Amino acid sequence: MKKDIILKAENISKQYRLGQVGTGTLIHDLNRWWHQVRGKENPYLKIGDTNDRSTKGNSDYVWALQDINFEVESGEVLGIIGKNGAGKSTLLKILSKVTAPTTGSIKSRGRIASLLEVGTGFNGEMTGRENVFLNGAILGMTKKEITSKLDEIIEFSGCERYIDTPVKRYSSGMTVRLAFAVAAFLEPEILVIDEVLAVGDAEFQKKAIGKMQDISREGGRTVLFVSHNMAAVKSLCTRGIVLENGTIKFNGDIDQALDVYLSNDNDTEHSIVFDENTKREGSRNLEFVSLEIRNQNNKLSQEFSIGDDLNIKFKLKNNSNESRSEVAIQIKSSDEMPIFHIMARDSNYELKHTYNEEEYNVVLKDLRLFPGFYNITLISANTTGHEIYDNIENALSFQVVDGGKYTIRSLPRSVGLMFLNPEWQKTNS
Amino acid sequence: MNDNNSPNDWLFEITPKNKFFSLNLKEVWQYRDLLLLFVKRDVITVYKQTVLGPLWYLIQPLFTSVTFTIIFNNVAGIDTGTVPPFLFNLAGITVWNYFTACLTGTSDTFKANAAIFGKVYFPRIITPLSVVISNLIKFGIQFLIFVSFYIFYYLTGSNLTLNASLIFFPVLIAFMGILGLGLGMFISSLVTKYRDFTYLVGFGIQLLMYLSAVMYPMELIKKKLPEFGWLVEYNPLAYIIETARYMLLNVGEISILGLSYTLAITIAVFFIGLLIFNKTEKSFIDTV
Repeated sequence: MKKDIILKAENISKQYRLGQVGTGTLIHDLNRWWHQVRGKENPYLKIGDTNDRSTKGNSDYVWALQDINFEVESGEVLGIIGKNGAGKSTLLKILSKVTAPTTGSIKSRGRIASLLEVGTGFNGEMTGRENVFLNGAILGMTKKEITSKLDEIIEFSGCERYIDTPVKRYSSGMTVRLAFAVAAFLEPEILVIDEVLAVGDAEFQKKAIGKMQDISREGGRTVLFVSHNMAAVKSLCTRGIVLENGTIKFNGDIDQALDVYLSNDNDTEHSIVFDENTKREGSRNLEFVSLEIRNQNNKLSQEFSIGDDLNIKFKLKNNSNESRSEVAIQIKSSDEMPIFHIMARDSNYELKHTYNEEEYNVVLKDLRLFPGFYNITLISANTTGHEIYDNIENALSFQVVDGGKYTIRSLPRSVGLMFLNPEWQKTNS
Repeated sequence: MNDNNSPNDWLFEITPKNKFFSLNLKEVWQYRDLLLLFVKRDVITVYKQTVLGPLWYLIQPLFTSVTFTIIFNNVAGIDTGTVPPFLFNLAGITVWNYFTACLTGTSDTFKANAAIFGKVYFPRIITPLSVVISNLIKFGIQFLIFVSFYIFYYLTGSNLTLNASLIFFPVLIAFMGILGLGLGMFISSLVTKYRDFTYLVGFGIQLLMYLSAVMYPMELIKKKLPEFGWLVEYNPLAYIIETARYMLLNVGEISILGLSYTLAITIAVFFIGLLIFNKTEKSFIDTV
């Protein structure tokens, strides 16, 4: 059976000009126009750096997106993830027709409505009801459509009492609720959403995510969703695209996409020596020099099975003759959920320093984590924990893979996090 | 939902550039409710939280007319014939105000609406159109003032007559709106990249008023300043205002040649404005 492709992006690229608009721009514009008049290609399309915001480029032009190709099936919820500046928002802007791509095209079989912001065009002087109509119309609804859904929208927003009050008297939370309510009742075939769920209180966020799920499941609508909220992405999306520096790094199953995204920096490393480029915080009275992860055979490794032993080996340098200190090791899952917080004192161990540089090994016996990616964070502090000497977030990551001595069934990360095999007994003898 | 999978069966396509000329009227029609809501928003929010409210619509042309009457008629001694100078000026100012409002309102379309345009797509032309329409309402109110004073002067014995061509007055006002819209769209597109034009509009409009026969009859400038008269003669706005006064007050002259010229310029300006506007709307958000 052929797939029902509702949206297709072909070779989408977007070039931006860096720096300020001034006389230089005018000269470029004239040059571009002169090439166009003679029927030649735009001379500035050939140049341009890839989009890596941290490095200094050679060109005034930069490719925010480069050769993006993907297809979306009808009814699919596609998550688009990537670091800041990876090109997510640019892609969404192109999809929602806010800006045009420099090259390439997007073909669509359905109306696209975009929700890049909640409450676009809200006017403080107008009442809630008037704003519902205005905002709905901006998002592409007709007056008739809005009228037929007005009661539902007001009920969903929970602002019934204030609906005839000017919006400028609303609390910011109420404005957002009302605005989201309008958007939630949009009925396009394709809905493009950017981070809008990062608003409102917890209760409303839950309601919003629930509504999103309803939209995609029952409505059979196609949703493209961009967010940094990994939990939301995970619960909503069926497929994921990982963007990095303006190109697609991964396109496929959402769980894999999240793993690819979150293990981005160090996906094949099992040891690291920290240097001036390491992102760290603290007074550096003591600092971590290096970190290694080894398996039970004392071999450097990044892959482990359930039940294996994990050796965390780190070197600590004493910069100010501290005699004692405390070290904490935090292990987080790939969606940034903290799982373990291990401290030396929990194991009745004291770090007493005699040498300038010392090496420690922490053995985590019988690893009970479900398959997936996990990150190790290192923290060095004084013995009371009040002064942080060094804190390196997600210094290394390791992977737990299927297999090992306990595994006799498949263990997807979606069903659990910790593997336990307790004792079972029958008690009605 | 569409089950047909033939490869050419796309509803629409997003491409780097618009076709050379594409005013998607169908799309504009789909968004007609938005147009009306924008108009409503402009009208009800403009004088919110002011004491005098919509009275400001009236105060501005009245005071301008009084000032003009004192300066140009009483001090400078411009002769307006049988028509009371105040009424003469009020007619010119009312029509001129509509043009100014359309031009200034539309000329910063992209800049002023960057926040909305950057977040959601709708046919961008809706915004300048809504400005022209909401200003039409404002013009209507100001025109009523003119009508009241007309009746007042008529009853107090001034020699006032209407011209039969008055039935074409709405067409004339439409010209004025379209000319303002076309010029405004043109400038708004340039402003996205080169802010210099904002300043140009600011003082340009002031100067243009003196070249548009607002406070003097066209004939007068030709007589008194023969070497600069062509400046006024080549200004389509001057013909519109002169014709408006001809229709309303039966003064001055109506020039078929001048009006044809105005019509041609209006259509040309509108289409050039639309063309540039269409070209700009696709990617202005990157430069604004």
